[in-house]
Amino acid sequence: MPTVYAAGGVATSAWLLLALPAFGALVLLVGGRRTDGWGHLLGCGTIAAAFVWGLVMFFHQTGLPTAARVTNLHLYSWIPVNDLQVDFGLRLDPLSLTFVLLITGVGGLIHIYSIGYMSHDRDRRRFFAYLNLFVASMLLLVLGNGFVTLYLGWEGVGLASYLLIGWYSDRPTAATAAKKAFLMNRVGDVGLALAIFILFSKLHTTQFTEVFAQAHTLSGGTLTAVALLLLLGACGKSGQFPLQAWLPDAMEGPTPVSALIHAATMVTAGVYLVARANPIFDLTSSGRLWVTIIGTVTLLIGCVIGCAYDDIKKVLAYSTVSQIGYMMLAVGLGPFGYALGIAHLLAHGFFKAGLFLGAGSVMHAMDDETDMRRFGGLFKRMPITAVTFGLGYLAIIGFPGLSGYFTKDAIIESAFGQGGWRGWVFGVAAALGAGLTAFYMTRLVLMTFFGKERWRDLKNTDGKDYHPHEASPVMTVPMIILAVGSVGAGAYFTIGGRLSDWLVPSLGTLQDTTNSVLPKTLITVGTLALAAIGVLVAILVVGRRPVPVVRPEPVSWPVRAARADLYGNALNETLVARPGQWLTGGLVFTDRKGIDGLVNGIAAMFGGTSGRLRRLQTGFVRSYALSMLGGAILLVAALLLVRFSG
Amino acid sequence: MSPTYYLLLSAILFAIGTIGVLVRRNAIVVFMCIELMLNSVNLTLVTFARINGSLNGQVMAFFVMVVAAAEVVVGLAIIMSIFRTRRSASVDDSNLLKY
Repeated sequence: MPTVYAAGGVATSAWLLLALPAFGALVLLVGGRRTDGWGHLLGCGTIAAAFVWGLVMFFHQTGLPTAARVTNLHLYSWIPVNDLQVDFGLRLDPLSLTFVLLITGVGGLIHIYSIGYMSHDRDRRRFFAYLNLFVASMLLLVLGNGFVTLYLGWEGVGLASYLLIGWYSDRPTAATAAKKAFLMNRVGDVGLALAIFILFSKLHTTQFTEVFAQAHTLSGGTLTAVALLLLLGACGKSGQFPLQAWLPDAMEGPTPVSALIHAATMVTAGVYLVARANPIFDLTSSGRLWVTIIGTVTLLIGCVIGCAYDDIKKVLAYSTVSQIGYMMLAVGLGPFGYALGIAHLLAHGFFKAGLFLGAGSVMHAMDDETDMRRFGGLFKRMPITAVTFGLGYLAIIGFPGLSGYFTKDAIIESAFGQGGWRGWVFGVAAALGAGLTAFYMTRLVLMTFFGKERWRDLKNTDGKDYHPHEASPVMTVPMIILAVGSVGAGAYFTIGGRLSDWLVPSLGTLQDTTNSVLPKTLITVGTLALAAIGVLVAILVVGRRPVPVVRPEPVSWPVRAARADLYGNALNETLVARPGQWLTGGLVFTDRKGIDGLVNGIAAMFGGTSGRLRRLQTGFVRSYALSMLGGAILLVAALLLVRFSG
Repeated sequence: MSPTYYLLLSAILFAIGTIGVLVRRNAIVVFMCIELMLNSVNLTLVTFARINGSLNGQVMAFFVMVVAAAEVVVGLAIIMSIFRTRRSASVDDSNLLKY
């Protein structure tokens, strides 16, 4: 456990990292229409400034001796209530600063791209306000020095994603997708909240420094429970099985949002959480095993479904699901994989952002069409997009020398290196995933950029011809920068263990696996061979045959299952939604008939009785007089009875 | 002459008054029957005063007369105004105040 020092020097102003984007969001939201003219510039400017400040922090940190790089910046006492002392502060260590640079760097490029992409939107200023809010929340999430601060950022990210996924709120599908994302995230949030409660009840603190220092005092069962609940939180935020269904639906948002969610923010939060809580996960091997299992299942699910979709953004979304699965698999391997997971996360941040921005550029050119069956032959029309997209594609399938090759291969090797049945199961699944990734990504590229220009014979939704064209420089420049990142990031991070060495103070030393079930060379060659097979199959299936414009029906059962998201939604519907509806139906029935029935029944009884009794008020004076006489006689009789009986 | 006869008389008068209130419809007659009941009570009070040799009953009878006089004034005024507005002195016709 590294010693945590108090942040000093220039690092004491690290709060500016949070304050800048938050300030941008505040000005744009409060300023309203008055800021329409320059809102997007302020949005980009604050992120750029945060990036520069992140670099300053980064170089300040690299200037410190390795052992002193985990620092804590106490800002103020947030919730000082008797036993519950929550400090608001920042934890500046290699892990958080790495994320800061990813979030502000890639996020900044996406901001710049959005200037062009959203130029036709009336509410571009509000869009930038939400983007800034998103980045600010994510920065708070990774910089917070305690679980409660992390949770604040965690919820902020959820809110911002809800606002952005439902951006086109006039479309019912977008509104539904936003709600779905919010609700499924909520399931995960409950897990995270329960984990925090357990930690507080056992350790009486929620600050990282104290929790991690005392984690070894917890019993094994408690540690596993905390680890599993943290995993549930990570599953919600990162779109992991069984909470993966919201992520593809989140494609309803504008494409820069998809890029931001999938590359720089949001879905990486789950991986961050597991990596950040590494002192807890290190102590519970069963907890880590579950992380690995979830990661493996998710990466296969994502790959399989990605093969069946025709919507370019949905394919990319499922590819994110599967790539995050790789990262979860990696961080589940514990000391053998934390740094590998983070390396893949960073490389993925580059190439997935590039792929999404490329997809956005294609959509921009094709009148917001996302059906790849209507694309084809776009290479000649939009060469910059095609080349940058192509580099991202080569990076994700693990083409030798590009990012994915270094980062994904390392994860596959480490998975095989677990030995025994775990090595075989996780390793084979990960390698198989690489082959499937190669297949669906090649299919996507071939259908979009190569082959016959199918859009020539078609009309867009407005009934006009398609006129694909290259996007403006404000969109292409970020794509080019990200393409450079997709090419070089993997090699830069992994060769010589540069990233894993830098992360040692936060994540511990990256250990080499010793009991691999297969020799390393064989794994590398085998993975490459599987990827090559995937590419070849895709060329044979999609490249050599004409692509039908209308998707073929009926199809074989695996395709049918994949098109139905492997019945993920049906599963949620049956296991959660239906019983929930029954439960609420039952409760409503009990309330109506039971509780309300009792109350209303008593009222009705009094009402009915008095309704009958008031018939006595006939309005005839003589009948009143008669009843008075009757009463008087009764009184006299009673008096006489008392008088003469006793 | 035994005072019992006076008591019998007053009981008969009270009964006549009661029956009159119950069976007659004309408000004036009902009113007169009420007066009859009051006076029968007066007769009872005076008789008992005589029996007991005390003046209390006589005094009480005077009070009853005063109250009855006041009641006659108010009651007749009400009957008059009802008759003016509704052209009827029947107690069964003014039956609006009911359920």
